[in-house]
Amino acid sequence: MNKQFIDSKARREFLCNTTMAGLSALVPAISFGYAQTDARFVFIILRGALDGLAAVAPYGDGNYQRVRGALALPAPGSADGVLKLDGMFALNPALKNLHALYQAKELLVLHAIASPYRERSHFDGQDLLENGTDAPHGSLDGWLNRALLSMPAAKKQKTDQLAVAFAQNLPLVLRGEQKVGSWAPSRLPGTDDDTLQRIAALYSSDEYFLSRLQTAMSTDAIAGEGGNRMAGNANGQRNNSLASVVSAAGKMLKQADGPRVAVMEATGWDTPANQGAEQGQLFLRLADLDRAVDSLRSELGPVWQNTAVMVATEFGRTVAINGTRGTDHGTASCAFLAGGAVNGGKVIADWPGLADKDLYQGRDLQPTMDLRSAFKGVLATHMGVGESVLETSVFTNSHSAKPMLELVRKI
Amino acid sequence: MADNLQAVIATNRFGLGARPGELATVKSDPRGWLKAQLNGSRPIPAIIKNLSPSDEIFRAQVAALKERLEAQKAAADSDGAAKPGAGLKRNVIMENFLGQVAARYQVATHTTESFRERLIHFWTNHFAVSMDKVAVAAMAGTLENEAIRPNLHLSFYDLLLAAESHPAMILYLDNQMSMGPNSQVAQLAKRRANLKRKFDINENLGREILELHTLGVSGGYTQTDVTHFATALTGWSIVGEQGGFAAANRLAKDSDSLDGKFLFREGLHEPGAQTVLGKRYNESGIDQPKAILKDLSRHPATASFIATKLARHFIADEPPAAAVTRIAKAFRDSEGHLPTVHAAVVDSVEGWASTPAKFKTPHEFVVSTFRALDYLPDKPLLILQPFESLGQAPFSPGSPAGWADIAGRWDGSDALMKRIEWATQVAQKLGGRISPVQLAERSLGDALGEHTRMALNGAADGVQGTTLWLVSPEFQRR
Repeated sequence: MNKQFIDSKARREFLCNTTMAGLSALVPAISFGYAQTDARFVFIILRGALDGLAAVAPYGDGNYQRVRGALALPAPGSADGVLKLDGMFALNPALKNLHALYQAKELLVLHAIASPYRERSHFDGQDLLENGTDAPHGSLDGWLNRALLSMPAAKKQKTDQLAVAFAQNLPLVLRGEQKVGSWAPSRLPGTDDDTLQRIAALYSSDEYFLSRLQTAMSTDAIAGEGGNRMAGNANGQRNNSLASVVSAAGKMLKQADGPRVAVMEATGWDTPANQGAEQGQLFLRLADLDRAVDSLRSELGPVWQNTAVMVATEFGRTVAINGTRGTDHGTASCAFLAGGAVNGGKVIADWPGLADKDLYQGRDLQPTMDLRSAFKGVLATHMGVGESVLETSVFTNSHSAKPMLELVRKI
Repeated sequence: MADNLQAVIATNRFGLGARPGELATVKSDPRGWLKAQLNGSRPIPAIIKNLSPSDEIFRAQVAALKERLEAQKAAADSDGAAKPGAGLKRNVIMENFLGQVAARYQVATHTTESFRERLIHFWTNHFAVSMDKVAVAAMAGTLENEAIRPNLHLSFYDLLLAAESHPAMILYLDNQMSMGPNSQVAQLAKRRANLKRKFDINENLGREILELHTLGVSGGYTQTDVTHFATALTGWSIVGEQGGFAAANRLAKDSDSLDGKFLFREGLHEPGAQTVLGKRYNESGIDQPKAILKDLSRHPATASFIATKLARHFIADEPPAAAVTRIAKAFRDSEGHLPTVHAAVVDSVEGWASTPAKFKTPHEFVVSTFRALDYLPDKPLLILQPFESLGQAPFSPGSPAGWADIAGRWDGSDALMKRIEWATQVAQKLGGRISPVQLAERSLGDALGEHTRMALNGAADGVQGTTLWLVSPEFQRR
């Protein structure tokens, strides 16, 4: 039997026929050797609606201090002050590493940007951000999965490991026809090889379970070389931090025959009360994100040069502070694109202004750019997804969102 | 044969999983067994009665925070010496949380009315609060016992009112300090100088009641409805200065024995009428939000939204439209009488399809394992561990939407491996006492397939066979 699985039927037979062979016979059969690109794409979803005005302060806008009130951040250069990007924008003081990346021209900041969603439900907003259509629940699979189907990297790829979600369960953006893996740290003991073989045999008549088992075993084999499945989450708390997965993600992504696409997610961005400014809860979440991007950079080593990391959220928050020292659900926010492959050192924004008359419905930052334009641009220029495919199947009804083709360098 | 399969469906799809001997008991009248669990109240189980109530937890948490602040202050005064009392608040959280977890799964594992218990879990998830918000961490588990459990035999309005006025919900969705800009307190504060704070409403509770608890996101409301409803809810709060912990150091009062209980604060309530969904509410004070809640509880969109969620939970991820229509009609006709609505779920023919359509959530998988083995770890931390490892820690859905009820959220490849690993751990502890085939027969009855039976018969030993039973497709579906 060839070590490369040919199709699911052959795989099934293989699994059934190897009941007496060790697991070692099973695992090396998974190879990433067919990926046709060196480019890496990482998508980090910030769930809960990041306050874009807190992450990237428009300190040069004459209305900034007035409209933000107690949430306004100290000016550049002052104690705990914002980190200056240009004459208009500055980063939250928590984002020190991102600031360094900006200075090294490896960070792009996109501001006043939003998905096409214009209501204020987290759940619908996240659904639309991930399903890639212009309506909540407009599709049962995600845009990144649909994009995988047409990436050159997927051609001839017999493995289902082109993309990995670093989460126990697949985020919508990666769900769909193309099989993908998922990985999360475990605190449970392992199961012995013989039992795993027998479970595979037990599942031989149930493709639903069989395909998932097979993917899980191959993903574990890769993570095992670097990321320690047993090490994470040792404090026993539910972990909403990116720190627990970013190192394993880096170890997998940097392999020459490793996955090319990764999705991570972080929760805790909903700040309707006691949001904090130059310190406090949002500051701590931003600092976690900042550390995670930096750990990913150092873990990837030279592969960082081929990497683009997109950070986005479902929508923004109100410009004004609310009655409980937080902000309510809003519309436009900011997004980041980091990585050695990025045409960085710039803030891209068609700034709508913060005067009362400039706000969306008199309360939110007005969206002037479409997140899909950024997604489409990166997929087209970085991952080689054809522009016609982007229009017809990846982002349906998105012709108004022209792809931004200058975001990454050709690698 | 047929009776046996119906008993399997009653205990596993509607109930929380068959306990030893349960299939035989239920076999004579599976539907009757389910319906007998719906009407009337039940005594609160003793182990739940022994838990601290939410207001007591609130006071303990405030006291612990006060102690910690004082200790920090003392330490700062004495040049950074030892800080006795630091971490006290965390103990309040862990003690209460672990007690709530142990009690919840004692009841879930041993109850003979597991359909009723599943409905309680369902409604707790519908009115979700999540302990990852520190302010509610110690009391997240109390909402089920104080607002859901005592009201299951009443109407949806009773349930809604109990859930929305529960202190955990108010704190979770930030309504305790939501105030009208023209309320007495805001007016008073404006007249005083040097107050930088802004006095205004917080939309969170109002929005989530509309979106998640009643009409549903496509229920036809607008941002204006959200704002007006949230304004009507100003003053919907709890006892305790500032209603939160930030001002704990200013809480010194003669009597605080009521702290943490629901309180409608007239002084924070925005005066005047509010228009929600086209209807003008002229009531004053607490009568205004209550009138809106009452109308929401009987709105046709609410009936459809609840019916869809129930059908999704009990029948299939994509619920059959005919079943949803019938359950929604039962809801409307009975003005949300819960036993009637729940009976309509039992009467849905689609719910009795012989092929199981639902992939168990991690929570259902663990609870049904405990029940099938009549086993619960003796230490609360060990009860908690599998829920956490499998990705569904109790009282921690992470968002007010609660846990998702579709397989796509639970059936990632890594999640399956975690189930296999935990099943191995359970089998290593308990496997071999009873033959795996016997375990499978008494939990799955006629649903046990030949292929799995052969695999169990051929297992190398009891531990391996028990693992195979737990991870078999039959046991993981319902």
